[in-house]
Parts: sequence; structure tokens; C-alpha cells
Amino acid sequence: MSINRRNFLKALGLTGVAVGTGKKLNAAAAVKKDNDKEFYAILYDSTLCAGCQGCEWECALEHGLPDPDLEDIPEVGKIRKTNETRRTVINVFSTSKGEVYVKNSCKHCNQPACATACLTKAMYKTEDGPVIWRDEKCMGCRYCMVSCPYDVPKFEYHSSNPDIVKCDMCWDRVKEGKLPACVEGCPAGALTFGTRREMIAEARKRINDNPDQYYDHIYGEYEAGGTSVLYLSPVPFEEIGFNTSVMNKPYPELTRGFLYSVPAIFVLWPAILLGINKATSRSNNQIEEENE
Amino acid sequence: MSNTDIALNRENGRKSVWSFLASEFKPKGKLFTPFNLISIPVIITGVILIVIRFAKGLGAVTNLSQETPWGLWIGFDVVTGVAFAGGAYVVTFMVYILNLKKYHTIVRVTVLNGFLAYVFYAGALLLDLGKPWNVINPIIGNSFGVSSVLFLVAWHFLLYMIAELIEFSPAIAEWLGAKRARKILSGMTLGAVILGITLSTLHQSGLGALYLTAREKIHPLWYSEWIPILFFISSIFAGLSMVIFEGSISYKVFSDQISEKDHKSHHDIIHSLAKICAVTLFVYFFMHVLNFVHGKNYEFLGTRMGHWYLVEVIGFVLLPLVLFFHSYRRRNLLLVKIAAVLTMLGVIVNRMNVTIIGYNWDAPVQYYPTWKEIVVTLAIISIEIWVFRWVINRMPVLREAPSWAKD
Ligand code: SF4
Ligand code: SF4
Repeated sequence: MSINRRNFLKALGLTGVAVGTGKKLNAAAAVKKDNDKEFYAILYDSTLCAGCQGCEWECALEHGLPDPDLEDIPEVGKIRKTNETRRTVINVFSTSKGEVYVKNSCKHCNQPACATACLTKAMYKTEDGPVIWRDEKCMGCRYCMVSCPYDVPKFEYHSSNPDIVKCDMCWDRVKEGKLPACVEGCPAGALTFGTRREMIAEARKRINDNPDQYYDHIYGEYEAGGTSVLYLSPVPFEEIGFNTSVMNKPYPELTRGFLYSVPAIFVLWPAILLGINKATSRSNNQIEEENE
Repeated sequence: MSNTDIALNRENGRKSVWSFLASEFKPKGKLFTPFNLISIPVIITGVILIVIRFAKGLGAVTNLSQETPWGLWIGFDVVTGVAFAGGAYVVTFMVYILNLKKYHTIVRVTVLNGFLAYVFYAGALLLDLGKPWNVINPIIGNSFGVSSVLFLVAWHFLLYMIAELIEFSPAIAEWLGAKRARKILSGMTLGAVILGITLSTLHQSGLGALYLTAREKIHPLWYSEWIPILFFISSIFAGLSMVIFEGSISYKVFSDQISEKDHKSHHDIIHSLAKICAVTLFVYFFMHVLNFVHGKNYEFLGTRMGHWYLVEVIGFVLLPLVLFFHSYRRRNLLLVKIAAVLTMLGVIVNRMNVTIIGYNWDAPVQYYPTWKEIVVTLAIISIEIWVFRWVINRMPVLREAPSWAKD
């Protein structure tokens, strides 16, 4: 009755496969080290934004989305959200320093939760910084939507071949050395494009040059582990509808502990189980023999 | 016994294999049972809805929205269904690893149940995918998102189904009268069991880990870094309660298949399972309390969500825990069954709370499933029961294995 050699070898073989898988998971679970290449970033200065929605129009034009609804313009007290037909929206808030406009879209996190969540790498952080979505890989599981702390990815619920819709920082244009459509189209100069380092320096400089005009914080420098869209505001960010409860750690870290324990369990469990099995089957045999 | 006779005849000539299979595919028993009368229209409606869903998109059938990307089909079918399938790894652990022979009579039916649950409930994942044809991407390896918890869970579902199939395969071989195949397949059982338990540990907790990144979206009373461990522990008593519940139904419905001896030992088994449920429920309850104290979530207790949390933890964890202890002491079968049902309800409530009710609990528009989502879910459960019944009536699952297959 005890475990015979063939069984044992088979069990071992299967375990080996399992260990292999575990190892692979481990290697890739470690987040890729940032290489020397610097991420691009967009700096949005809400003190300059006139709320003209130029960026919305440019974005719709660039990505073949329907024109912005003329009935649905920014109004105090109304929150317009991005959805499957618009990748960026302007909202307006009444604050202690008057009305302030805010542009909302994907933040292009340095370590994006959405891309870590994606099991097909359809959601993908390019080496240059933009987080893009790739149609031919996506299986539409919407785990990216669950994971993004800013609820950015949107889904086409009324299509039989639905896409995930979100800002991709105009990756196709950026690749060719052009500016993102919204940056190019902003008549007020509220949007600036460059490397992330430059944009942070620029934001710092604006705060230092005009300390009265700005609230002393660059939103996106540390939020969610740092993002490639950086925001300046005249007032504290909770006044203009920002999610200030996001953590400063990158979100993928929340699952890292779990993923790291996977290979350990893959190695330890089978060994322990096999050990118990041998121990118990031996003691059972002894009992049986004694009974005979 | 007649099956084995047919099966043995098979070896006399190739031709009879087909007539054997053909005869096996014919329905056995009455067609117009109450269960059939209810389930057939449900299944038909469900299939129509699934066709609509694929033709017109998820929005045509579900209430899913940009705020609630995962609803009933993930929260209930997949996350809860898989928890209930946990009985298979626990029972195989007791039978093959701890060598507790007394549970041997329930191992096949539990594994069958687990296997079917994975096929249907994990399979329900496909219904929920926007582009299900791309599901091959993470499988054939042209795009591995290995840092994704969902990647791990999906792969484990797949591997675990294979492991369960191997564990169950000797019953199929016995049904077909394939002696040599049976021998080889039973030789693989231990390996499959070890793999299966390891996979289960990881993906039962992995289902919880899926929600770890939704840190701000899940109500603080339900979000904690411990979700994976809580999910894992609860899968033990969820699975065993299911075994108790399903067992007490099967032993009535299929009583003609069960020998006198098995009938007697079944009571004994149920009481032992009740004890394990009690102990794991206790650990689970204890962790909930620790978690609550650690999270310093006192201020929420006065709110509506807080009351609901107390209902879950006291009504569906503490109460069944006490009932299980009592039933074991008093050897009261009815109490066990009540406790099992309460526990199962509790697991449903818990999974709903994490995945649906507590998810974006403060959103202005709350998600609730459409009747269509519910009917599709019921249709999936009904089809599973049909397949289960089909197998039980043909293969040696509850009844004893043919004499040639005795070890
Ligand atoms: S904001 Fe959301 S969608 Fe954009 S990169 Fe970050 S996690 Fe991804
Ligand atoms: S919906 Fe697509 S992009 Fe989002 S996680 Fe799933 S496969 Fe990746």
C-alpha cells in the first residue's frame, strides 16, 4: 500500500514542473528595473488653464472619437468623467481661490497598476513612459479597471469586440517626435511636454517663482509611486477633486508579497505533502501488519 | 453492476464500444421530474441570453459599468463558485496525504464535484471576457503577463482542472472497462493530488489577492492585506460545508447506488467534517477579529456597512461555528446541516461583500445584477447539475467500483 517507486517518481516529476513554473513567476514578478531612458511627462498647470476644452477637441480628432458634446460643458458642481468616447475631460471647481479648471486623464504611472494587473501585457508601460493598450493582446477581462487607483481604463460595454479606452499620451505621435495632441492644441499653454525630470524641475521653478500663486505640491511626483502626468494647483488638491487618499507607494507593491510567496509554496508544499504521505502510509502499514 | 457487464463485453469486439457509448448517452430515468421542469426553461433562457451577450456586448445583458467592471459573474460564479469547490483539495489531502481511509467513500464524488465546478464556474470567466478569443494569448505564451495575479489564477485554474481530471480518471476507466488505463491512471493519483493541493492553496488565496490592488475601492471593513489568507481558510470550510450539503442531497437522490455499509459510515464522516469546519471557522473568526482591531475600523461600526459587517461576522461565522461545535458534541445531524447551510450563506455573503457590495461602496450609482445575469448564473448551475447527475448514474462514483478494479 505504501508509495511505490513509480508513484514517487511521478509525483516528483509533476512537482518539478510546478517548481519550474514557480521560478518563472518569481523572476518576472520582480518589476523591471528602470533603465537609463527617461520617461516623458506632461505638466498640467491648472492656474493657466482657461477651461476652453481645446484638449478635448484635439484628443477626439486625433483618436477618431466623437466630437465633445456641446451641451455637456464644465460646470461647478458637475463631475464630467472620461468614458469610452472621451479620453480626457475638463472639470471646474469652486475653491477658496475662485474657480479652478482641472484636466483629467490617465496619469501614466511610473509603475502602473493596470499594466501589472494585465495578464496579457495588453496594457503596457513603454520604455518612454506612456502607458499604452494593445488591441490584439487584450482579452477584455477588465482587471486593469479594477486595479487602476484612478479608475482610468474604460470599456466598451456595448460592442461585441470591445476595446479598453484610455489616454495613451498619443504614443503614435510621441514615437515620431511630435507633441501629444492635447499639448499641441492647448492655446493657453497650460500643458507642457518633456522628460519627467525636466517637468518636475519646471514645476518646482514655477512654485518657487510664484509662491503665492501655487499650492506647494506637485501632484504626481510621488502619488502612486510617481506618475508621468504632473499637476500644479493654486489650492490644496482635495479642493479640486483629486484623489488624495492614493498611497505614495507604487500599487503593484500591494500584490508583490503574495507573488513572492508563490515559488516558496511551490517548492515547500509538495515536499511537505509527500513527507506527510510517506509518514502516514508507513504508520498505516505498521498497524495493518500488526493486525495481521 | 450491469455497466461493468457491458463494459466487459466490450473487450469481445470493437464494434460494441460504440453501441455501449450510444446506450450510455441515452437519458436514464424519468424526464419530467420537478428539477427538470424548472431547469430546462432556465437553461434555454440562459443560452439565449449568452448568445445575445456575445452578439451585442456585455452591456446588453449585464448591469456592469465603468465604475463596476466586475459583477455577479465574477463575484459569484467565479470567486464564490471556486471557494465551494475547495472541498476537493481538502478531502484528497485527508485521503491521500494523511491516509485517512475513512473518507475514501466520499473522495470520488467530491473530486467530481470540484472538477465540474471548475469547468463551469471558472469557465464562466469566459462569458465575462470582452475578447474571449484572445484568451489563448496568456496560454500559448505569446504574451505572458507573469506579474499579474490574474495570470497566476488563470493558469492555476487550467492546471488544476487537469489535476482533478487525473484524480477522477480511474472512475472513467472503470466505466469504460479499460483495465490497463485504469492502472496507469491510478498510479498518477498521488502526483495529481500533490499538485492539486499546491495549486489550490495558491489560487484560492490568489482570488483574494486579485483585490489587493483595489485598496481604496473596497470598504475598509473588508479590505486588508490578509484577504488572500482569509480567502484560503474560508475555502476549507466552504468546500467542506458544500461536501456535507451536497452529500446529504446525493445520499437521498441516489440512495439506490449506495451500499448499506457506506450509508452507515457517511454519518460518521459528516461528524468528522463538522469538526474540521468548526476548527477552521474558529481560526477564521479569530483572524477577522484581529484584523478588525488591527485596522482600527471602529468608527465604521455605527454605519450601515458596519451593521452589515456585524451580520456577516456574527450571524454567518460565529453562529455556524457554535452550531458545528454543538452538533459534534451532540452528534446531531440536523444541526450539522443547518450549520453547513449557514456557513455556505456566509461564504456567499463574504465574497459578495468583497467583490460587489463593498467594492466602490460609496459610488453614487450602485451595481446590482440584472435578472439576465442571474438567469445565466442559474443556467450554469443547472447544466452542471445535469452533467453531475449524468456521471453519477453511469460511472462508479457513489456506488462501489467493479470488482476487477479493487486494489
Ligand atoms: S492612471 Fe491608471 S490607467 Fe493610467 S497608468 Fe496609472 S494605473 Fe494605468
Ligand atoms: S482588459 Fe485587456 S488590457 Fe485590461 S487587464 Fe484585461 S487583458 Fe489587460
